[in-house]
Amino acid sequence: MSTSDVTDNTGTGTPVPPQTPLVGPADAARYDSRFSAQASCTTSSAMRDLMAITEKADIISLAGGLPDTETFPRAAYEEIVAEIGTDYLASSLQYGPTDGMGELRERIVGIMADEGARTRVDDIMITTGGQQAIDLSIRTFVDRGDPVLAEGPTYPGAVPCLTAYGADVTHVPMDDDGMRVDLLEEAYARLVQDGRPPKILYTIPNFQNPAGVTMSLERRQQLVAFAHSVGLLIIEDNPYGMIRFEGDALPTLYELDDGAGWVVYLSTFSKILAPGIRVGWVAAPPPVLRKMNLGKQAADLCSSTFTQRFVTEYLKRNDYRVHVARVNDVYLRRRDTMLAALDAHFPASATWTRPRGGLFLWATLPDFIDTTALQARALERQVAFVPGAAAFLDGRGGNAMRLNYSGVPEPVITEGIGRLGEVIAEFCALHEALNPGRG
Amino acid sequence: MSRVAVLKGGPSLEREVSLRSGTNVELALGRLGHEVIPMDADQHLVRMLRDERPDVAFIALHGRGGEDGTVQEILEILRIPYTGSGVLASERAMDKVVSKALFRDAGLPAPEGYAFSKEAFSRMGAADALPDIQQSLGLPLCVKPARQGSALGISIVREPGDLAAAILNAMGYDDRVLVERFVPGRELAVTVVMADDPWALPVIEAVPLGHDFYDFEARYTPGECELRSPGDLDDEVVQEAARVSIAAARTLECRGICRVDLMLDAAGRLWILEVNTIPGMTDTSLLPKAAEVAGIGFDRVVADMLDLAALDT
Repeated sequence: MSTSDVTDNTGTGTPVPPQTPLVGPADAARYDSRFSAQASCTTSSAMRDLMAITEKADIISLAGGLPDTETFPRAAYEEIVAEIGTDYLASSLQYGPTDGMGELRERIVGIMADEGARTRVDDIMITTGGQQAIDLSIRTFVDRGDPVLAEGPTYPGAVPCLTAYGADVTHVPMDDDGMRVDLLEEAYARLVQDGRPPKILYTIPNFQNPAGVTMSLERRQQLVAFAHSVGLLIIEDNPYGMIRFEGDALPTLYELDDGAGWVVYLSTFSKILAPGIRVGWVAAPPPVLRKMNLGKQAADLCSSTFTQRFVTEYLKRNDYRVHVARVNDVYLRRRDTMLAALDAHFPASATWTRPRGGLFLWATLPDFIDTTALQARALERQVAFVPGAAAFLDGRGGNAMRLNYSGVPEPVITEGIGRLGEVIAEFCALHEALNPGRG
Repeated sequence: MSRVAVLKGGPSLEREVSLRSGTNVELALGRLGHEVIPMDADQHLVRMLRDERPDVAFIALHGRGGEDGTVQEILEILRIPYTGSGVLASERAMDKVVSKALFRDAGLPAPEGYAFSKEAFSRMGAADALPDIQQSLGLPLCVKPARQGSALGISIVREPGDLAAAILNAMGYDDRVLVERFVPGRELAVTVVMADDPWALPVIEAVPLGHDFYDFEARYTPGECELRSPGDLDDEVVQEAARVSIAAARTLECRGICRVDLMLDAAGRLWILEVNTIPGMTDTSLLPKAAEVAGIGFDRVVADMLDLAALDT
C-alpha cells in the first residue's frame, strides 16, 4: 500500500535470473488446492494493482502514509551506526529475546509516560513495526468467523490482517469527536443478542487513519466505562498520538483503563523516528502478552537486534521530542496547504475532515462518484490517492478517499489537489449530463 | 537464438498484470535458450530499444499504450519485428466498439450494443436516449469502457435506475463506453494461432467462484476462479467456437497469437465478446491453461509467438 521515495540504487546491469526456474505458469494449478484458507482470503484487488502504478516516479502520490525522510537527523544516524559497530557489534548481530531488548523496553515505558500512559517494563513487548503488533493482536484473539468491532472506515493496512484471519467486522461510524460510542453500544448489543459477542474492538483514537478525526475525552471515558461494564477487550492502536499540531493531548484509553486489563496498547517508532527501522511495541496484560509472545516466536523469533539497539542509542543521546516537534512543524504546514487547496479546488458538495494531527484526512464526495473509477481517471492525470473502499470490509466507502499530506512538499500538494479537483468536476458534469432534470 | 526484448509494465492500469505476464515470458524465453532483455515500457523505451538493438520485441504489455497500436507503431519506426498483431489490428481489437461493428458486419455473432462518447452526454443530451436503449436491448445490460482490459470498469446493470451510474463508472476508464445486451451463460476462451493456416488451442472455460462475472479479482487471484477444459460441451460447439474465434481474429486482421472471449448462452449459441491481441500470461491466465490442456506447454506457445513476430510493412 505504501510507496517509497527512496532512491533506487539497484545495479544497472540487466536483471536476468541466474538459473531458470522450472515452474511455468501452467503449473500454478498444482498449488491452488494446497493454498490455505488464510492465504486465499487476501485477494489481489483491482485497487491494489492500481496502487502499484502510484509507485512510478512521475505520479503525485497522495496515497502513501510516508513520514518525511528529509526531517531525519543525518548526523545522529551516522554517529549511532558507528557506535554500534564499535561497542555493540556482537549483541546487535545476535538473536535477542522475543520480548525485545530490556533497555529499549525501559525507554518505551518513558515514552508512554510522556503520552500519559503508565505501564511497566514487564507489560511491554517489542514488535517488528506497528504492523506486526496489529497482526499479533488479531491472530491472538480472532478465529475464522469471529465478530470484531472496528471504526468505519478503519486502517487500510489492518484490512488484510482482518481478512486473512477471517474476522467478521462490524464497522462503527465516527463523527468529528471520533467513534460514536452510542452506536458502538448498539452494535455490541445486537451481536450479543445474536449470541455472538465481539472478541475485540480495534480502534485508533488519535488522528484516526484514514478518517483523520480524534476521539474526544468524553467519548474515551464513555468507551472505557462501557468496556468495563460489559467486558469488551479494546485494541488501542496509537501510532500518531505524538503527531499533534493543535490542542492538548488526551489521555490514552490504556491510561483510562487504569490497569483494569481491558486495553491492549499498540504503538511504533515509525512516525516519531522513522518507519524503515521497523520497531513497534505492544503493552498488554501479562496473560495476553504471553500468548502474543508465542505468536511472535512463530512469526520471527525476535525483532532485529540491530535496529532495537539503534533506537535505544538514539533515545539515549537525543530528546526524541525535539525531532517530533520538527516533524510536526513540517506536517502542520502541509496540512494547511492541503486544506487550502481543498477549499479552492474541491466542489461544494464534497466534505473533508480537518485533522489536528496525524498524516491523513478523509474526503467524502457526492455519492454518485465511485472513487476507484475516479482513481483510474486521476492516474491519467498522474495523481493518486487511496480509494475509500480500501478502509471498509463491508463494501462501503465507495465515494470517499484518503489523502496523505505528510509525504509530499507543499507545491506538489497544491498541484495534486488541483488536478483531483478537475477530475472530480468532470465526473460531476458528466453525472449531471447523465441525469438531466434531477437537479 | 535471438536477442529478445521483453516489453512489460508501462503506465497502463494493467501494469501489475503485465509485469506478471512479462516474468513468465522471460522465464520461458530463457528455457528456450534466447537472450532476454527485460524492459519496463516507460519514457526511456525508445532509447533503450535503440541502445540494445534486439532482434525481436516480445510485447507483454496489457491495456492502453501496449495493446492499442501505440508501442507497435514505435517498433515499426525502429524496424524491430514484434510479437502479436500490427498497428491497425491492435487498435481495432482494443476498441470494443470498433471490433463489435466489424464482427457484426462480417456476420459474426456479437451481442447488440450501443456506444456513447462523453461528448454525446455532455453536448447532445444522450441521456434522453437511455430509456430507448433499455427498451431495445432489455435488461440486464453490460456496460464496458470501450478501450480497457482485465474487465476494469465493467458492470452489469440489472435494475433500470442503475444504467446512468454504470456509465459514469465506466467513463472513469475511457471517454467512450459500450452498452450491450448482457449474455448470461458460460464464459469460454479460445486461443488462436494466426499462422498461414490458423488453428485454435482447446476451449477453456472460466468459472468464477463467488463472483458475479469473470471480473478482475476472479481473473488474477489464485483460487477465485476455476479454469477448466469443459468436457461436457458438444463436439459441434467446440468446433464452432474454434471456427468463430479464428473468423473473429481474421476479421480484425490479427497476427501472432490472440485470445477470443466468448459466451455460450443457454440455447447453445456462441457470442463473441472481444479479441485480446496480447493475451494474459500470468499464472492464473487462460492462455497457459490452454497450452497445458493442448499438451504442448507454455514454452511452445511462447516459441510460436516469437516465430510469428513481424512488421506490418
